[in-house]
Amino acid sequence: MSAAAPQPRTKAGGLGIYAAAVFAFLYFPIVVLVIYSFNGAGVGGFPPRNLTLEWYRILFSDRAIWDAVLNSVIVALAAVMIALSLGLPAALALDRVSFPGKALFRRLVLLPLILPGIITGLSLLMFVRYTGQKLSLLTVILGHGTALISVATTELFAGLQKMDRAQEEASLDLGANYWQTFWRVTLPNLSLPLAAAGLLIFTLSMDEIAVTFFLIGRDNTLPLEIWGRLRRGMTPEINAISTLIFIFSVALILFWYHLRTRGQSSAEPLLAAEPESFQGKLR
Amino acid sequence: MYSRAYKLAISLPPLAWVTLFLLAPYALMFMHSFWTVQDNQIVHTWSLNNYAKLVASPVYVQVLLRSMWIAARVTLFALLLGYPLAYFLSFHAGPRKELLYQLVIVPLWVSYLVRGYAWKTILGGDGVLNGLLQFLHITQHPVEFLLYSPFAVVLTLTHIYTPFTFLPIYASLEHIPRNLVEASQDLGASPRATFWRVILPLSVPGLLAGATFAFVLTLGDFLAPILVGGPGGTMISNIVQTLFGAAYQWPLGSAIAVCILVLVLGLLFATERVERKWTFS
Repeated sequence: MSAAAPQPRTKAGGLGIYAAAVFAFLYFPIVVLVIYSFNGAGVGGFPPRNLTLEWYRILFSDRAIWDAVLNSVIVALAAVMIALSLGLPAALALDRVSFPGKALFRRLVLLPLILPGIITGLSLLMFVRYTGQKLSLLTVILGHGTALISVATTELFAGLQKMDRAQEEASLDLGANYWQTFWRVTLPNLSLPLAAAGLLIFTLSMDEIAVTFFLIGRDNTLPLEIWGRLRRGMTPEINAISTLIFIFSVALILFWYHLRTRGQSSAEPLLAAEPESFQGKLR
Repeated sequence: MYSRAYKLAISLPPLAWVTLFLLAPYALMFMHSFWTVQDNQIVHTWSLNNYAKLVASPVYVQVLLRSMWIAARVTLFALLLGYPLAYFLSFHAGPRKELLYQLVIVPLWVSYLVRGYAWKTILGGDGVLNGLLQFLHITQHPVEFLLYSPFAVVLTLTHIYTPFTFLPIYASLEHIPRNLVEASQDLGASPRATFWRVILPLSVPGLLAGATFAFVLTLGDFLAPILVGGPGGTMISNIVQTLFGAAYQWPLGSAIAVCILVLVLGLLFATERVERKWTFS
């Protein structure tokens, strides 16, 4: 029967052109950004002139930028630790324990995923001030870690749902206690989802700006450092660091997809490799 | 099958953390919205004054309406770009499907700030676009209205949120059983009729999820308006941010934030219900 139903490919010509135009729209700013990072004559104008690597040279000797990069890496690593170490038990609890207020708990955990960052950021700012603490990288870590528990929970919950429970049951039947089973069966089985979720959280934290905006102290993260410079005027140095961020993100993402797809057969739909957190569901 | 201790060990830590660092802060914001400011001090007297001020002042209502209008346009454009793209990829892309799909996802991962900044360099008075227009002798002088306008905000946010909108739409298109499409064609429906009567209705949940994404994310955005918006592009979250800054007007700012929160949650609740109605399985 399937032979009698050819894909209506002939009608797709116009649609294909439209799709190409959408792709052009999506990539146009990125391409411009990269090209102008080599432009000797500044961030604007046309055509680009005096192609140079000077902006990259300035960038590499710019201490403030690299301090900010270091801060961002510290924050992101700490956020990964917090989000994973709380997201894993949260995912386990959602997967296999019923307790009063469970539905509410799930929604609360996932809230930062869908709420505008300004609301989460300001709430935490008030909380920090109210408890008499000072704003610093620690408060940024608190904000990122807490907000990204949502991502850890959804990703790990999906990993748990796909996991074969028979192994755990066998381990328990054969006399291992819950704790041993957790360390020797559950955790090893989750190593891929854990690595993938960690990478995702790291990337999101490195880029985060809306929550950070309200929780930042004297030490800037990279996005906040760039943000501050934009107010003082734009130079292609910002194009240069943006280009590097772009390359870095793409590299991380390729690695992330590699992790995600390694755990599943190629017969599975491509979609299974998508972050569960981005599927647009709050349940 | 799990012991009490195991259950407690996995549910208590996240529960405690989330209660302390998520629920308590949100609650604190909610409480602030009922408090007042006297002599630059926040006084814990409860009243609805902040909300009354919001309703009474035309400025807040006006900016909220403008924000919703901007969000509505971003949603519309993101759907107009994202849906056909998702449809093309799901049904017509052939063997290049996987590659093209990855190509849509990559911009999603590119830092928000990088994309916003890129548009700023393109649209500015001495930006790339103006340079191009003058290079081609289309204009003699820089066109200033491109940057620092609601148009720039809509353009930038459409660019940022189109991949977000694309994702759930593509997911729902991929989940449509292909034999339904074949059945429709076998029974004599034209490709057009098959699209309107089979594919589109079945993709409504993804369409709604994508639209909600675009609308909610835009409504709460305060960075793009600062970056490319200018005075005419100020949005409701910018007002909240300003109130929390120099002005030290936390209670009033909290009241606006609570309004945004209620709006967002109401919208999510509504679309979730509609989505559920449209999901067949």
